[in-house]
Amino acid sequence: MLCATGPLLATGAETTLPAQPRVRGSALRCRRRELHFPGDPELPFCDFLAWRLTRPSVPPGRRATLRRGRMPPVVGGGLAGSELRPRRGRCVPPAARAAGRAAAAEDAARSPKRPAGGSRRFEVAGGWALLALVTLLSFATRFYRLDQPPHICWDETHFGKMGSYYINRTFFFDVHPPLGKFCAFLGSWLIPFAYLTVWELSKSFPAALVTAALLIFDTGCLTLSQYILLDPILMFFIMAAMLSMVKYNSCADRPFSAPWWFWLSLTGISLAAAIGVKFVGLFIILQVGLNTISELWHLFGDLSLSLVTVGKHLTARVLCLIALPLALYTATFAVHFMVLNKSGPGDGFFSSAFQARLSGNNLHNASFPEHLAYGSVITVKNLRMASGYLHSHRHLYPEGIGARQQQVTTYLHKDYNNLWIIKKHNTNSDPLDPSLPVEFVRHGDIIRLEHKETSRNLHSHYHEAPLTRKHYQVTGYGINGTGDSNDFWRIEVVNRKFGNRIKVLRSRIRLIHLVTGCVLGSSGKSLPKWGWEQLEVTCTPFLKETLNSIWNVEDHFNPKLPNISLDVLKPSFPEILLESHMVMIRGNNGLKPKDSDFTSKPWHWPINYQGLRFSGINDTDFRVYLLGNPVVWWLNLLSIVLYLLLGGIITFALQRGVHLPAEVEGLSQVLLRGGGQVLLGWMLHYFPFFLMGRILYFHHYFPAMLFSCMLTGILWDTLLRLCAWCLASSSLARGIHAVGILSLLLGTAYSFYLFHPLAYGMVGPSAQSPQSPMAGLRWLESWDF
Amino acid sequence: MLGILNRPIVVTADINLNFVALAGMGLLSRLWRLTYPRAVVFDEVYYGQYISFYMKRIFFLDGSGPPLGHMLLALGGYLGGFDGNFLWNRIGAEYSNNVPVWSLRLLPALSGAFSVPMAYQIVSELSFSHCAAMGAALLILIENALITQSRLILLESVLIFCNLLAVLSYLKFSNSQKHSPFSLSWWFWLILTGVACSCAVGIKYTGVFTYLLLLSVAAVQAWHVIGDQTLSSVCVFCHLVARAVALLVIPVIMYLLFFYVHLILLYRSGPHDQIMSSAFQASLEGGLARITQGQPLEVAYGSQVTLRNVFGKPMPCWLHSHQNTYPMIYENGRGSSHQQQVTCYPFKDVNNWWIVKDPGRHQLVVNNPLKPVRHGDIVQLVHGLTTRFLNTHDVAAPVSPHSQEVSCYIDYNISMPVQNLWRLDIINRETDTDIWKTILSEVRFVHVNTSAILKLSGAHLPDWGFRQLEVVGEKLSRGYHESMVWNVEEHRYGESQEQKERELELHSPTQADISRNLSFMARFSELQWRMLTLKSDDSEHKYSSTPLEWVTLDTNIIYWLHPRTSAQIHLLGNLVIWASASLATLVYVLLFCWYLLRRRRNVCDLPEDCWLRWVLAGSLCGGGWAVNYLPFFLMEKTLFLYHYLPALTFQIILLPVVMQHVRDHLCRSQLQRNVFSALIVAWYSTACHVFNTLRPLTYGDKSLSASELKALRWKDSWDILIRKH
Repeated sequence: MLCATGPLLATGAETTLPAQPRVRGSALRCRRRELHFPGDPELPFCDFLAWRLTRPSVPPGRRATLRRGRMPPVVGGGLAGSELRPRRGRCVPPAARAAGRAAAAEDAARSPKRPAGGSRRFEVAGGWALLALVTLLSFATRFYRLDQPPHICWDETHFGKMGSYYINRTFFFDVHPPLGKFCAFLGSWLIPFAYLTVWELSKSFPAALVTAALLIFDTGCLTLSQYILLDPILMFFIMAAMLSMVKYNSCADRPFSAPWWFWLSLTGISLAAAIGVKFVGLFIILQVGLNTISELWHLFGDLSLSLVTVGKHLTARVLCLIALPLALYTATFAVHFMVLNKSGPGDGFFSSAFQARLSGNNLHNASFPEHLAYGSVITVKNLRMASGYLHSHRHLYPEGIGARQQQVTTYLHKDYNNLWIIKKHNTNSDPLDPSLPVEFVRHGDIIRLEHKETSRNLHSHYHEAPLTRKHYQVTGYGINGTGDSNDFWRIEVVNRKFGNRIKVLRSRIRLIHLVTGCVLGSSGKSLPKWGWEQLEVTCTPFLKETLNSIWNVEDHFNPKLPNISLDVLKPSFPEILLESHMVMIRGNNGLKPKDSDFTSKPWHWPINYQGLRFSGINDTDFRVYLLGNPVVWWLNLLSIVLYLLLGGIITFALQRGVHLPAEVEGLSQVLLRGGGQVLLGWMLHYFPFFLMGRILYFHHYFPAMLFSCMLTGILWDTLLRLCAWCLASSSLARGIHAVGILSLLLGTAYSFYLFHPLAYGMVGPSAQSPQSPMAGLRWLESWDF
Repeated sequence: MLGILNRPIVVTADINLNFVALAGMGLLSRLWRLTYPRAVVFDEVYYGQYISFYMKRIFFLDGSGPPLGHMLLALGGYLGGFDGNFLWNRIGAEYSNNVPVWSLRLLPALSGAFSVPMAYQIVSELSFSHCAAMGAALLILIENALITQSRLILLESVLIFCNLLAVLSYLKFSNSQKHSPFSLSWWFWLILTGVACSCAVGIKYTGVFTYLLLLSVAAVQAWHVIGDQTLSSVCVFCHLVARAVALLVIPVIMYLLFFYVHLILLYRSGPHDQIMSSAFQASLEGGLARITQGQPLEVAYGSQVTLRNVFGKPMPCWLHSHQNTYPMIYENGRGSSHQQQVTCYPFKDVNNWWIVKDPGRHQLVVNNPLKPVRHGDIVQLVHGLTTRFLNTHDVAAPVSPHSQEVSCYIDYNISMPVQNLWRLDIINRETDTDIWKTILSEVRFVHVNTSAILKLSGAHLPDWGFRQLEVVGEKLSRGYHESMVWNVEEHRYGESQEQKERELELHSPTQADISRNLSFMARFSELQWRMLTLKSDDSEHKYSSTPLEWVTLDTNIIYWLHPRTSAQIHLLGNLVIWASASLATLVYVLLFCWYLLRRRRNVCDLPEDCWLRWVLAGSLCGGGWAVNYLPFFLMEKTLFLYHYLPALTFQIILLPVVMQHVRDHLCRSQLQRNVFSALIVAWYSTACHVFNTLRPLTYGDKSLSASELKALRWKDSWDILIRKH
């Protein structure tokens, strides 16, 4: 009854059915109409109420006639633009329809229906109440026992430390209070976001409710939100981007209106934030990009729009989805560099020019002689990022690894052992003797590099390098600077254009071994323990020009030469940005798993094969174990398979030109459009991990898991409705949808009750032993809680 | 009956002389002086050793690709009567007289030669003009890099041939789809597509890209068939099933067949045995089979066994112990139990023998009747020569301190109790009461007191442990990992009561009489898995290059240098063809986008059939280029210029297609068309000139002077060898 709306009464005027069934049918009507018009924002709530409060008892046969007889309830004036309209009109001659519509308009104009207004208010209130309930529950679960355990868990060491770097570096960092709550706060918002997204995609409250329940009751999501990690923040922005994208899609009929602009730019902002947190944010950018491209493609194909309008659309998207995020992203980096302007432990990873802008670094405001001269004391830095300075120390290569001479490595930190003296190859006279004139080193000169601390010369010979095959070993050789002809190197400036001298910092030099013709380079591999895990230096016979074999002179001391200031060197902001990205990507790729490690494989994730131990090992410890709620996860897995099957069948049928009944048509649109979008999100957030060479963890799956839950919600709601439709003639149909949804909700809630100790912490013997509170819940042998 | 005789028997032969002429030219260019140089050229050194293995029927493992390619090369050797006796160790080494160079090089050369008329056929099947088709074939004919690559014992030309054959037969199939579906030729071409695809995949894994491309094109066309409502549902179903069988089932069967033949051919054990599992090794003739043949199957209490780690990385090894103890204090100051070392040793040794003992019994011999060991039983492991018990306890392991130390227990009478009970956990059991079997069972040993699992940590011990591999007790076992799994390799029932006799017994070889054979599928899956996970050392090569350098031909590879003169063979492309092919691809993409956008706004520049032809040509040839080229950006292995050749072939075929399109549709007047045709002729003669200039480097038949060689170095990045006298 509550759903009786103006248009409905209007249709009543033209039908010949008696009054009684008409009123009874009203609830049904609402429900059915909702199936017809996925684009309508108001009506579905009727359905929800219908589902929740009353199912009018109409004999099955009667209902069938009802459905057939009153097929075209095409009256709502506000429904223009819905795509399914032409199809809906199939059964009624246009004239009758027009008449009906006119009557409806008239009716509506005459007297705004009281009950309609009331129900609408009720719907809105109910919708808000549900949303509030969901939000409340999610906050409650996320904030419950947030202060346990009171010590640092897993990656918190890592991110906590970074946080403390930002907070002044001296500030004592107190783990949980501010930051933990912040993470839990963001994590709690995921659920309302998912709820709204699903509602927007399917216009169905049950679907949204199922999704929300799956997420609230998933132990994995819960655990992840309770700790100071980057993932809750990342997931927050991914979901925010998804939600605002869906919202602006639904505003497509009112382009350039205020809400449209609002959601569009909010999408852009969320994207920038997502990629700013972690590079995994790239996948949501990809999804928004694909969505935008297909949207533009549709607009472009719409011949009623002029090219100028399409151009406007394009510009708006470029502005909001490319320019705005880019500006924001760059701005975060600008802030990052501004805040972190002091020298710290990460310096050695960056180039000389980059270091010059860090206060406290010896290159900051430094002044050196500009041109290299014989007798100068220098440090030589490899140009490959994160490779370090040419280094030697009083340790020999061990027996069996090349010649037993002094080690030469590259070292990331500043040290006295990085200093070398540049000398002429044939004389050993002290060039710093004040009586001699200054002689500059020139491009192509033959030189000798003497290690300052040990007085050995940089040397190479036909022995294989310790780690890299086919390269030659580089050693320190000779006594007090006297060695042999294998100590001679030709110094060359790369791309030398003018001038013969070699400049500090700015000249990119190569050192070519005179006897073997190989080039000095750093392979970037770390030596074993005997080499103190410093990086290997080799002489490569392959003359390819790579950054590994290019060096620059960094520090330069020569008392006979005047110093110049190096401020000219300071890199511009784009250069800094580029360099820091290169270092980050290299660092990311460097996280390679070792052979014997137990690494998490992407195929483990959706089947919830293995969890991640967050804290505690022994029986007496307070243990937290990151593992998805198996009921939720396996349901998700099943739903993906079912979705693919169902979607496949429907598309196949459509392609074969099968005429679906209007109700199924509406449902299949929801399934294909809304579900397809979510499925795309799942695939984009999951499959790229199969291609990644870096070390992977279980928690990388959680963004994809969010999408998977949304898919489950949409799928089961649609599936149950389809079932109800199929069985419409039998008595089973009456409650199948309600019962199905309720059992899903209760099932997940009960499984959460079973598994909640995983997230909130457990003490006592592990689940293997029968005394444990978790006994019997170790459903897979690979779980170890 | 007589009706047949009433009519004359007529055979109408339809010979396309273009086709014949192209085939003849192809053969001439590829087969001319095929045995020159009579020396190992570049990668022949690599493929040659596998040919020798085939000739000698010795098992080998090569991670670079499936076995079909190697088998085809070996077929050449077989037909030429090669006995496999040649040491393939150095590029440039002279072939001895027993090596049939001509027949070894014949197959790649034939494939290269027939790629020429194949290109002609493909372009005509795409319904472009005969001129365009001739153009495509003539371009392939004078492409120096393709010639070089097909004149040697290498696989790229065979791969290219299979790729082209797959595309051609698919085109023939889809053309006959229009007028006569389910006819004989329809079936023939459809099945040939599947077969050619599987051959391409069987030769090199990169063939899978072309296969996927054809699959997706076939899927799109099948989708149109589904949408065709003039067809009945049964008919559509038949169409789909036929495609699925020909394009999915047949390739899988063919692929298995290659491996079947491969495993049938190679039945002798060889140098790569160690990488395979014990069961696999036992299925080969010689090697491990000689030892294990006739061993008792079921392990019983009192059995003497050697235990091999299943993971086998960094190297295959056996559980081992010896008299030496762990040092009291390690280098870093940590203490140890000072008990007897337990390690994993990569060589066969008498110290690898262990005795399975029943904790409830004292004897170290088998009972009569035998008491077999089952899953879940508690056992003790006794080291054969020292009779000490395998033990682990809460002491940090020497190299991996987060795990437990494993030792053979020595009682020092201090508070370190004996903890030597292990529970047997058979991983691949079928029921919970399975018996522990030699070779077949994969088992874990779970320590009873600490529930640690016996594991190979993969680290080398320092000098005091003789650099053997460390064995630890892993307490934090996260799931299944092969490094924790062991299997019994050698096995016999112990019969000597006395230690002295037992030592003698341990030293004597095992013998008995059961033989076990693995099923083909088990051998196939193991071999395939090992091939895919085999890590080649990614050492850089002097001539390796990056994909970006390929498009512009910024790199070349020196294949061979005459030992005395400066005659040399290079992998070096025809620069004019490479540049114009890349340009044509670019033009195609731009034109395609332009047409597509305009069609979207309902402006049709091309008639519908012309547009469909244009799209099909682009998706097969342009797509063929893209799928064979772009994936290399993601690959981490060492890449060479020759990896680009399959992509290049597709690109070259696209070139005349684009040219014809430009001439027919973009040149407005007849005059423009004539000028354009003249330009094409001029351009083609330039390409011929370039081919002729680079010919000495392609065939290596002419020794050039230093100045001539210098003149050929058109790009600074090309390496050309000049002898200094």
